[in-house]
Amino acid sequence: MHYPSTNRPARKLHRFHGGLHLPDNKAQSNGRPVEPAALPKQLTIPLQQHIGEVAHPLVSVGDRVLKGQMIARAQGYISAPVHASSSGTVIEIGEQPVPHPSGLSSPCIVIETDGLDEWVELPEPVVHFAQLDPSELRERIRNAGIVGMGGAAFPTSVKVTPGPETWIKTLVLNGAECEPFITCDDMLMREQADRVLAGVAILQHLLEPEQTLIGIEDNKPEAIAAMNAALETGGLSNTEVVPIPTLYPSGGEKQLIRILTGKEVPSHGIPAQIGIVCHNVGTAAAIADAVLENKPLISRYVTIAGEGIKEPRNLEVLIGTPASSLIGQAGGYTDAASKLILGGPMMGFTLHTDNVPITKAANCLLAASEAESPNPGPASPCIRCGQCAAACPARLLPQQMYWYAKAKDLEKAQEYNLFDCIECGCCSHVCPSHIPLVQYFRFAKMESWAREQEKRKSEHARKRHEARVARLERLEAERKARLSKKKAGLKKKTAAKKAGGEAKDPKKAAIEAAMKRAAEKKAKLAEEGVAPKNVEELTEAQQKQIDQADKRRAEAAEDTKQATQEPEDA
Amino acid sequence: MQFQTLTSPHTERPNSISITMLWVTIALVPGIAAMLWYFGWGILVSILLAVVTAIGCEALAMKLRGRPALPAISDLSAVVTALLFAIAVPPLLPWWLTVLGMAFAILLVKHMYGGIGYNPFNPAMAAYVLLLISYPTDMISWLPPDMLNEHPLTLGQVLSIKFAGIYPQGLGIDALTMATPLDEMRTQLDLNQTLSEIKQSPLWGNFGGRGWECVGNWYLLGGLILLYKRIISWHIPVAMLGAMLVLATFFHVLDQDAFPTGMFHIFTGATLLGAFFIATDPVTASTTKKGQLIYGAGIGAIVYVIRTWGGYPDAVAFAVLLMNLAAPTIDYYTQPQVFGHRSGSNE
Amino acid sequence: MFIAIIALSLLALGFGLLLGYSSIRFHVEGDPIVDKIDALLPQTQCGQCGHPGCRPYAESIAAGEDEINRCPPGGEATMIALADLLGKDPVPMDDEASVEKPKATAVIDEKECIGCTLCIQACPVDAILGAAKQMHTVIMDECTGCELCLPPCPVECISMVPVKVDTGNWKWPYPDGAETNEVTEATAG
Repeated sequence: MHYPSTNRPARKLHRFHGGLHLPDNKAQSNGRPVEPAALPKQLTIPLQQHIGEVAHPLVSVGDRVLKGQMIARAQGYISAPVHASSSGTVIEIGEQPVPHPSGLSSPCIVIETDGLDEWVELPEPVVHFAQLDPSELRERIRNAGIVGMGGAAFPTSVKVTPGPETWIKTLVLNGAECEPFITCDDMLMREQADRVLAGVAILQHLLEPEQTLIGIEDNKPEAIAAMNAALETGGLSNTEVVPIPTLYPSGGEKQLIRILTGKEVPSHGIPAQIGIVCHNVGTAAAIADAVLENKPLISRYVTIAGEGIKEPRNLEVLIGTPASSLIGQAGGYTDAASKLILGGPMMGFTLHTDNVPITKAANCLLAASEAESPNPGPASPCIRCGQCAAACPARLLPQQMYWYAKAKDLEKAQEYNLFDCIECGCCSHVCPSHIPLVQYFRFAKMESWAREQEKRKSEHARKRHEARVARLERLEAERKARLSKKKAGLKKKTAAKKAGGEAKDPKKAAIEAAMKRAAEKKAKLAEEGVAPKNVEELTEAQQKQIDQADKRRAEAAEDTKQATQEPEDA
Repeated sequence: MQFQTLTSPHTERPNSISITMLWVTIALVPGIAAMLWYFGWGILVSILLAVVTAIGCEALAMKLRGRPALPAISDLSAVVTALLFAIAVPPLLPWWLTVLGMAFAILLVKHMYGGIGYNPFNPAMAAYVLLLISYPTDMISWLPPDMLNEHPLTLGQVLSIKFAGIYPQGLGIDALTMATPLDEMRTQLDLNQTLSEIKQSPLWGNFGGRGWECVGNWYLLGGLILLYKRIISWHIPVAMLGAMLVLATFFHVLDQDAFPTGMFHIFTGATLLGAFFIATDPVTASTTKKGQLIYGAGIGAIVYVIRTWGGYPDAVAFAVLLMNLAAPTIDYYTQPQVFGHRSGSNE
Repeated sequence: MFIAIIALSLLALGFGLLLGYSSIRFHVEGDPIVDKIDALLPQTQCGQCGHPGCRPYAESIAAGEDEINRCPPGGEATMIALADLLGKDPVPMDDEASVEKPKATAVIDEKECIGCTLCIQACPVDAILGAAKQMHTVIMDECTGCELCLPPCPVECISMVPVKVDTGNWKWPYPDGAETNEVTEATAG
């Protein structure tokens, strides 16, 4: 299909290797206009909805919070704050089930909503953001808790701060939305193109790129038309909507950059290294809200789709709304529902329960039927057909990586560039043996990281152990030195004694007198029935310790004696 | 509500080993039908015998290895091995040689190395070579194609020859069989005949042996089906046929009387069958694209060299086995450049 | 005859010189083997191998006095890494080391601690803070889980608490059914 968008000559597009033509299933959910989701009774807002450090709570149980109020602040540079999505009372701060592939819980702030949806007092809206200092814009973006809304959830404030040495040539807006079923970006572009472009204008102000390319897959003609229409009235310079061929995973950051510019993001690198920054269209809309209206990121578009849903649709959802309540609003489950997937079918992960909140990066709830997502069954041996390598957008050799990941030979797997895998799932999809290839690679990556960390830890432990051993040796040496010194001193003294006759040392006399006094005192105390309290019922070890302590004390006394004595000898 | 959890991707998988093998089988049908047409019942009997033996051996091997047999059989890989073997051996091959060959292919070449996916050598070709070396007379006794055949055999006669070794009255093995075109070509060239003299014989068609070249066409059709269904990629067949064509044309230009044309080499013997069905066996071939070009070209070159100067009339089996050996090394040195590793591409 | 002997001797001499030269010219200044082994050990300094710390065990392996399968915290992964390094065959883990324990750190029950400092003296990595008659505490990040502090404690107030799995340190598991990967009951198709 080809939808001519403008009269401009078509931009030269580039290809990435492999990829898949998948049935897109987008018609299920993009037929109805987006509606706001109902306000739930409870909002469960996870403290970590982003890559980086967990946010630190600013409220405590019982506090009343207002819509848009920051309830947890960012900790560290790569982190994002979290805001209340509606007004109400904090009823719990603790572990709650969160949407995570592990199915584990993580710290959340639970707000019981009061139905008033009362906004916190927002600063005056900004009309001419261009007059503001870029650093203030960045601060607003950071305070709004904006993260990459395409799924990665990387704090946006970091990405709009490319650093003094980096010169951004191209700003790429990702509206590709290549995963089947998902239509939230599609609907956002159709319905809120102006808002997206307002965000683009702010990004342009911050990054000063030479050109801005908005990549949209050509299976979304309405979105392309809406964005072009908005662009004509929007007055953005050097900005172009670029329809790209529908081919999964064209919405992957590296793939989209390759398609639009022909450049490849270096392995282990970031796009900024080649003068490119890529943002999701949803993120751009959130930036517009944050900068122009001072509204934090507290809601997003979410697609609810799949044959397991009665009325698939898109909803504008407050962050923290339980998935179950959204599904209820989409008509509930059909009998066909067999799996609940957060995200798309290619890269999403299954949820074992719908009792989890929507987070900033949650773009789709997919209740797939058995037909849409059949169990692939047990894997057969690899027949080395190479279909995986042919489909791999990173030009990897999955069949080779698989041998090593399976044998847990992580070093070898890394030699075959394990870490260039973007986990798009193409290899698993085409594998005739139904081997869960991506899962092997995820496992191998995680295990590699864990081993790397363990290695660092053990290296650290080794250093600490060595330091301890060195310290003990030093103490021992010092003690020995003292001992030998003392011996030498004693020898000298006896020699001196022999030489000087029986002349009594005045110091020694003084010490003897002191000891005598102490003994008398002890005896007197004993007579009076006073004794040290803690010497009864000693264990052997403790007694030994006390003895050792006494010995040390005696040694110390000797030392001082010598120290004061020596000048006289000299 | 509780849901089942599985790892992504959560899609319906379009491929499976059985589907792949089924398509290979389907693609073989035109060629097999042509062989039936030209060489009679013997082919069909060989195929049935080989398939039954292969499935039996597969089941036995899985049982001995303590694994369930049904999935191994239903992946159809043993059937494909049996088909390739049965159409490569002469139609009148005694039954026990077919059984021996299949047992060797499945039990030793395939399962001794761990079963499907783990065998370094192509089982059908290994079995073919084993028989060729051990029972050379049986293995080169081909029937003449239909139009040259003076003694068409009935199904009953074929069965009695294959299973009991009883030949029809008055006809010995020598009367029934004749040299294959490749064999004939060698013999004649060794007798210092020129090509134009040799081509006088009724044995020859437009490019290669009469009848044989038609069979080749049908295998080519099967190969195109596999290419269309993306079961195989073009790299190996194109490289193999290309290498043969280049070598043959080069020598043909040097001496038109001593070296047959490239088309002769392509349309005679097992070249087309080999290029599309045998060399492309994924388990034993190279897996990288560049590697597949090298692998295919290697096979083509070895086939040409052995046919022209070696001790055997045809050499697809030898060439495939030799390149099987080289495949892991080729793969190692032909890894594609991973995304983002290109140096200097981003200036 | 003589010519042959002389020729061969010259050849031998020539090759000998060549070998000698190349061994000097291409001499690789590598880490001593003990350092390499030590680098592979988990550095818990737990002494479960029968040596007082990781380095003594590394020295013992290097000297060929001990097997490579005696490190329980390192488990099989360490054993295989050692086998790789030393060009030995992997050996099954030692009986005592065969059961892999989940990672744990020591925790002092602060109500019961009497402040005897014995655990501080036992800790190989100085991960316990405290002074005489003062309550002690474990620096979690530094604790290697070696359990050496457990026996000296006179009031048994130290316990090993497994490291909690949360969304931060959770790992994707090895794929399901990987053991039965080689063709299982259900049809492969």
